[in-house]
Amino acid sequence: MSVLVDRATKLLVQGITGKQGLYHAIGCRDYGTQVVGGVTPGKGGTVVEGFPVFNSVSKARAETGANATMIFVPPLAAMDAILEALDAGIELIVCITEGIPVLDMVRVKRVLPDYPNSRLIGPNGPGVISPGKGKIGIMPGHIHKSGHVGVVSRSGTLTYEAVGQLTAQGIGQSSCIGIGGDPITGSSFIDILDLFNHDPDTHAIVLIGEIGGGAEEAVAVHTKNHMTKPVVAFVAGQTAPQGRRMGHAGAIISGGKGKASEKMEVMAAAGIIVVKSPADIGKAMAECLAKG
Amino acid sequence: MNIHEYQAKELLRKYGVATQEGQVALDQDEARKIAARYGGKAVVKAQIHAGGRGKGGGVQFAKTPDEAAELWTRMMGMNLVTKQTGPEGRLVRTVFVCNPADIARELYLSLLVDRGTSRITLLASTEGGVEIEEVAANTPEKIVKVVIDPAVGLLGFQARQICFALGLAGATLNKGVVFVRNLYRLFLENDCSLVEINPLVITEQGEVLALDAKMSFDDNALARHPEILAFRDSNEEAPEEVEASKFNLNFIKLDGNIGCMVNGAGLAMATMDIIKYHGGSPANFLDVGGGATEDAVKNAFRIILQDPAVKAVLVNIFGGIMRCDIVASGIVRAAREIGIQVPVIVRLEGAKVEEGKRILAESGLKLIVASGLEDAAEKAVASI
Repeated sequence: MSVLVDRATKLLVQGITGKQGLYHAIGCRDYGTQVVGGVTPGKGGTVVEGFPVFNSVSKARAETGANATMIFVPPLAAMDAILEALDAGIELIVCITEGIPVLDMVRVKRVLPDYPNSRLIGPNGPGVISPGKGKIGIMPGHIHKSGHVGVVSRSGTLTYEAVGQLTAQGIGQSSCIGIGGDPITGSSFIDILDLFNHDPDTHAIVLIGEIGGGAEEAVAVHTKNHMTKPVVAFVAGQTAPQGRRMGHAGAIISGGKGKASEKMEVMAAAGIIVVKSPADIGKAMAECLAKG
Repeated sequence: MNIHEYQAKELLRKYGVATQEGQVALDQDEARKIAARYGGKAVVKAQIHAGGRGKGGGVQFAKTPDEAAELWTRMMGMNLVTKQTGPEGRLVRTVFVCNPADIARELYLSLLVDRGTSRITLLASTEGGVEIEEVAANTPEKIVKVVIDPAVGLLGFQARQICFALGLAGATLNKGVVFVRNLYRLFLENDCSLVEINPLVITEQGEVLALDAKMSFDDNALARHPEILAFRDSNEEAPEEVEASKFNLNFIKLDGNIGCMVNGAGLAMATMDIIKYHGGSPANFLDVGGGATEDAVKNAFRIILQDPAVKAVLVNIFGGIMRCDIVASGIVRAAREIGIQVPVIVRLEGAKVEEGKRILAESGLKLIVASGLEDAAEKAVASI
């Protein structure tokens, strides 16, 4: 098993006629995901690279039976794209778009609970992959290996780094999920930890946090109270200065809050295996699994 | 993006939020005239994007128009050092002359996006004029918080709740409610990320005024607010960061000696961390992003090498959208076109890694090739 994406996933790509959208639609299809079509308003009825294009998500869903979508539309149009996918009843919405205004995400978060059958991953993340089964996202597929460790992260390339280390150790992954680097995201670490906790094929979890906000502190409390599987964690930004946004809109230490050192302390106190060096993620998981 | 106090007050007035009267003085004669218009007395304020100006001598009281002119001369062009500017200070290029208010009470009011609730939140406190972090640490009960539902916006009862908590009554209460509601409208319509009125003052005459105003805007939303973007003052940003932004590079200067070029913000932070872990010190944060071209990579090198403290450069690329061959070609071009005098440690992984390694090998450049994050950090630290 795995979470969110598998061989039964039928994927749409919103913004499929854009350069990035088409490139990654092909990438997902090449990896083995059933990419059943795309949406670009005004280009309905055309076909690109073998993908049928529809004018709306609801039309695309009706014609193809799609249950997932990957969003590549420009940032100022992304809120509309997410809400359209929700309205069409798509179960899994993966938003790759970077740079969505935070107040747009405030609005999205307000309406998300009205669609209990839908889940939003992202924005501003690499997406989701279940190695060997399918991917919805922009990650390089070949670095992954099918197995039993779940990976969840706020970052893109740092996730690849962690996955690369796991694979090098011979440790495969059940699913790898980037929740996104924005201050407000559709799914939280805790949402994903719960999925992994209930997935019988996930035996342990790698979690990659970063400075800013209180998500890692919430993870500590949740892990202590609910997690039945070991968690190995790294927090990026131990050397980041205060008050500077480190690339991700969410990665900022402000008012003395959101420091890596504090996050690491509370996570370690909650029983999470916290590594100080980002090079030790794979090694720490290998040791953790060896102990059983 | 941050803006100056005088710009923030212009925006406040546009939204019907009462502010202390003020005008930018372009020369000392104008400062004198403005002060005279305010009855002879004035508050002269240096305009920089940093707090703590008062303690640094950037906010001073003039008892006569001549004093206002004198203060203008003293402040204009001064290097203002405050707690937030760091020891290097900030050059004052604009001086704002304000009409002093008869202050009865100093309060605090701010609006921000709270990540925990994913909503806009209003914070108010009777403890104005001091840093809110201190109030939060010492007397958290003195901070009132109202969470705003985006579906209905700030409601009348919530605005009143804030004003009651601030001790407003009678005609002042109504003025306070108007102030708060208009401030929320400003926040929402301009995609602010923070609006802080500290102090918010109640005058002896019962007026509610913004005496100071700090505003930050969501960079991601600036494209839909050209009139806000026009407030941008590049002088307030580090020149190398402005330069980097022209190539869509995300660059932040730090005080170490190992330059870093990485793709992705998380991996860039982790690269800084591992350098430190191995006893080194990063000179910068640099995320080349996903869609960087050869030219952007070359310019990233140029910007990193502008810093004379840089004694080595660590390139750490885990290709996904960013392809290793493009990075490799960019490094080769940087070496040929601008010259690289310091050791360069290169770690490539992911998309098009073989092509990337071949381009570097065929270039004949003397590079230190690393395999893995740890190896890269160790070699970078050892190269100095």
